[in-house]
Amino acid sequence: MTEAAHWTFVCHRDDIVPNTGVAAKVGSAQVAVFRVVAPDGTEDGIFALDNFDVRSQANVLSRGLIGELSTETGPVLVVASPIYKNHLCLRSGRCLEDDAWSVKAWAVTCGDDGLIMVRAS
Amino acid sequence: MLFVDASDYGSLLQMALNGIPLPAQPESLILPSVDGGAKGLGVDLLPATASICSCNNVSKGDLCAAIDGGATSLGALKKCTKAATSCGGCLPLVKQVLDAELKKSGVLVLNHLCEHFAHSRQALFHLVKVGGQKTFDETILAHGRGRGCDVCKPAVASILASCWNEHVLKPKHASVQDTNDYYLANIQKDGSYSVVPRIPGGEITPDKLIVIGQVARDFGLYTKITGGQRIDLFGARVEQLPAIWGALVAAGFESGHAYGKSLRTVKSCVGSTWCRYGVQDSVTMAIRIEERYRGLRSPHKIKMAVSGCTRECAEAQSKDVGVIATEKGWNLYVAGNGGMKPRHAELLAGDIDDETLIKLIDRFLMFYIRTGDRLQRTATWIENLEGGLGYVKQVVIEDSLGLCAELEADMARQVETYECEWKKAITTPETLKRFKHFVNADEPDGNIQFIDERGQIRPKSALEKKPAVTP
Repeated sequence: MTEAAHWTFVCHRDDIVPNTGVAAKVGSAQVAVFRVVAPDGTEDGIFALDNFDVRSQANVLSRGLIGELSTETGPVLVVASPIYKNHLCLRSGRCLEDDAWSVKAWAVTCGDDGLIMVRAS
Repeated sequence: MLFVDASDYGSLLQMALNGIPLPAQPESLILPSVDGGAKGLGVDLLPATASICSCNNVSKGDLCAAIDGGATSLGALKKCTKAATSCGGCLPLVKQVLDAELKKSGVLVLNHLCEHFAHSRQALFHLVKVGGQKTFDETILAHGRGRGCDVCKPAVASILASCWNEHVLKPKHASVQDTNDYYLANIQKDGSYSVVPRIPGGEITPDKLIVIGQVARDFGLYTKITGGQRIDLFGARVEQLPAIWGALVAAGFESGHAYGKSLRTVKSCVGSTWCRYGVQDSVTMAIRIEERYRGLRSPHKIKMAVSGCTRECAEAQSKDVGVIATEKGWNLYVAGNGGMKPRHAELLAGDIDDETLIKLIDRFLMFYIRTGDRLQRTATWIENLEGGLGYVKQVVIEDSLGLCAELEADMARQVETYECEWKKAITTPETLKRFKHFVNADEPDGNIQFIDERGQIRPKSALEKKPAVTP
């Protein structure tokens, strides 16, 4: 039960339009939560990063466009910051252009009931 | 879709001039290739002595030597050899030589949209128009690969809007819109947005001016006059946008589309109504033009202006479409630009009447929308178009491609299906849901903070902000 107390309810999966993000308040932090769906309609998962974009110093990452970019290690799901278009890996928070702009990736779950939870830490 | 392609002219002329023997199937020179292979002609067949640029006496050999020496862009090659720097007629041929030489040395020459679409914007536009795709997912499944990215998504969104005038706010388009098109406002460095109501031709009543002042005061916004004779209201948080627009729409304002790759503004001087020098009513014409093309989505933003006499107080020659009054009617200038690389607009047609003016602008804009590259303003577009202004004249005035009726019909449909995006947004509950900062809390973004400067707000600098607002 103490473990469960660390998870914060964000919203239902249906509250996030496919391939967009929302900002959630988790404790005093801002977390950007993304729902990724393939062009054929397959659900690919829910991802969570800091909402704060280090490069622009603004809480905007939830408003970025989601995409997939080829890298040396294969295709990477990314969000592009809406201010300066720096790309952040949805799984790791790593910035593809400059490591200094990387952000934290948050643990997130979405059960069969569609409820999205982010682990506060 | 039939497009006459004159790009082989230079090669065919060179074949004749240099007495190059015909291939086994000479029809392959002028017919589209059937087996997917390259056509049997090209600059590769030309001898090094072939004269490419007659103005400056530059041979193919001169070009190849310069490319070998490192002039691997069209600009560098022109600068280095002077080819295509006088009349410019040989520019397509120079580019062909350059592309062929680069290809030979293993450099890939691509104008693909991005890694997800192996097409130029122009090619994709035609594929979508013929294929009838109405969403990004349909488009990428039919013509692309993978999932897309922040380059191709807004480009496809713009193509879909230009082809079908689909409302950008529809949920099925939500995930491919830039944040500006998503919130119908212009994002600023701190994550707040600015709002620009449309003020057609820059003409505004005192009552409407007062409303803008009241809205700005009520919501604590920073106001600034724009270069396009409008008023920009800065410092709005996403959750404030519907209420701001509720007040503006109630007073009769419409979206100014400052957030879109679309028509921004038609600037005008006061014209013959008040000015002792004016020869035509530039304000009435500017309003007519602005109301006709408002909301039109295009490869990039479009700016226009109408001047009431040759003194040119509206600076029409620095616009994508510039109209200058004459004693007999209007001179229509196109493909001008201000900004980083200023370019004087070129005269497309002189001394034309009102109806001809509108008809030519219809055709010009639609031709640009069909053939422009992603984020390419009209100035760059016309400079890269083979034949430049002369070619545009042939297409939109002489109807050399037989396209004019279609271009006009496309524009008529755009004009007919226009609707104010903000009026629609504030009356659509589904859309209004997106205007909130947190999905799980009714709070504003605490990181957006202002400080007073010259009697108005401005964003606080990092130093001025209290620490610990961010994780």
